[in-house]
Amino acid sequence: MTEVLRRYGPVLTGLILLAVAVWLLLLVILPQLLMVDFSFRPSLPPSKLGGPEDVYTVKNYATLWTNQIHLAIFLKTIWASSLVTAVTLVVCYPVAFYLAQVAPRRRLPTLMLMLVIPFWINELLRTFAWYIILAFNGPLNTLLVGLGIFSEPQRLLGGDAGVIVGMVYVYILFMVFPIMNAMESLDRNQIEAARDLGAGWVRIHRRVVVPHAKPGIAVGCIMTFMLAAGSYAVPALLGGPQSRWFTEVIYNWFFEGGNWNQGAAYAFILLVLCIGFILLMMRLFRVGLTDIAK
Amino acid sequence: MSAASFRRWATGAYLVVFFGYLFLPLGIMAAATFNSSRFPTVTPWTGFTLGWFSALWADQRMWQALGTSLLVGAGVIAVAVPLGLAAALLLDRLHSRARTFLYAVMVSPLLTPGVIVGISTLVFWRQWFGVTGGLFLTIVAQSSFIAAYAMLLFLARLQRFDQTLEEAALDLGATHGQVFRRITLPYLTPAILSAAFLAFLQSFENYNTTLFVRGLDTTLTVYIASKVRTGLTPAVNALSLILIALTVLGAVTYEILRRREERRRQEPAQE
Repeated sequence: MTEVLRRYGPVLTGLILLAVAVWLLLLVILPQLLMVDFSFRPSLPPSKLGGPEDVYTVKNYATLWTNQIHLAIFLKTIWASSLVTAVTLVVCYPVAFYLAQVAPRRRLPTLMLMLVIPFWINELLRTFAWYIILAFNGPLNTLLVGLGIFSEPQRLLGGDAGVIVGMVYVYILFMVFPIMNAMESLDRNQIEAARDLGAGWVRIHRRVVVPHAKPGIAVGCIMTFMLAAGSYAVPALLGGPQSRWFTEVIYNWFFEGGNWNQGAAYAFILLVLCIGFILLMMRLFRVGLTDIAK
Repeated sequence: MSAASFRRWATGAYLVVFFGYLFLPLGIMAAATFNSSRFPTVTPWTGFTLGWFSALWADQRMWQALGTSLLVGAGVIAVAVPLGLAAALLLDRLHSRARTFLYAVMVSPLLTPGVIVGISTLVFWRQWFGVTGGLFLTIVAQSSFIAAYAMLLFLARLQRFDQTLEEAALDLGATHGQVFRRITLPYLTPAILSAAFLAFLQSFENYNTTLFVRGLDTTLTVYIASKVRTGLTPAVNALSLILIALTVLGAVTYEILRRREERRRQEPAQE
């Protein structure tokens, strides 16, 4: 702290501390704490606030266990997000490995630009692209009927499958970049050495590449799962009433059910789910928080 | 075919499929803009038209939403960039457990689902200040995590900063204000520009957070989503195509500038 003061002087230090305090307290920490506090209180009309009924309760959390539909949606959100994460990992691993270790230097800038461009394009627009592809009279149905796989067009929108397919597309780049960054620092000689010593491709990946890329794989999985579980755009556009996502249930508590306390409780459950997933990944890949928050 | 050449062939095929997968959907969406069909599709192709661009141009609500988005974007730049800068300046000079802790708190909004950022902001500002959803809350909620992106950009640039420059200026009698204005700030200017650019882009495309705090205001991204669900015409594709073209232009410019900057940094090291 003295270092800060010495470098910036009292006025500037004061301004810096004020700005950081405003950001972290007013914009990050207090809103989160209040949301949690709010979620443990009953939903009351303004006249009863502070009255005898305004006590802490776990009622809002119990709702999730008693409401079978919400519970099913919650569990679906977990497995579907896990599936999205697993699929993106499998698809991205070879691409990340190629870009980090195999690709010739002169081709890299172009390939990187081709990855960066879709990454920059609005998530909603990338979802919308799949809305057109999956439409009843859209190109995918035309293709599948043309190939004779379907005898007639199928409803591809409005179900869980469409939502999952869209999410894989929309969040795939959040998996590529962390894994690629982690693999880049692996010395190619290590792979050469393993090969010279007679290791096959599977063994090289299992014993050399994957252990090295672990932090990147963990970060990629965390980001993808968090984005999938917390997605509103993709299920809203590609899903339907039969394939509701947990975020849509939360939204409805706020803007249709008018029960903010209930919505806050569900939001906190979603947050706990994401934190739980982070911890799981840290355990699974044996990486620390500092590896992840790089 | 030998094993090595087969592997090369398979890798090439995989990459073609992968990049095809990334770009084909965008191409189909773009192509649907020029189809005269009332519903945006490429099958069946009913004839080439540019009419959906004029339909878009005539859409008053689209212009209104664009105005809101620009306003919010400007607000987010004004809030998030200074906050991120202050945070980076502080972190850069801390070397302790406090730094690790502060860093973790600062990047935590990036690991929080966007809907939760929106909800916590909405609840907090209503309960404590009686502020309801609208432009102000949209700027506040978006800034709470976009400031973290800005902070990371500033921190990366500060790590390469030659601190002896500041030392020398202080030793020569410059005030802290002068050092900051004449040395630190000019050095950080490229990072300020890229932070502002990224902040605007993040704000512009945000949906999950904005949805909860927007009140009665509609940003362009929210507008597109509502159009897809009700009243979808290829005019939405025309808008998407324009936005994608602008994004590609921005991304390419940003990458070129970034690489030029990187080369400039590497040159002295090679001498």
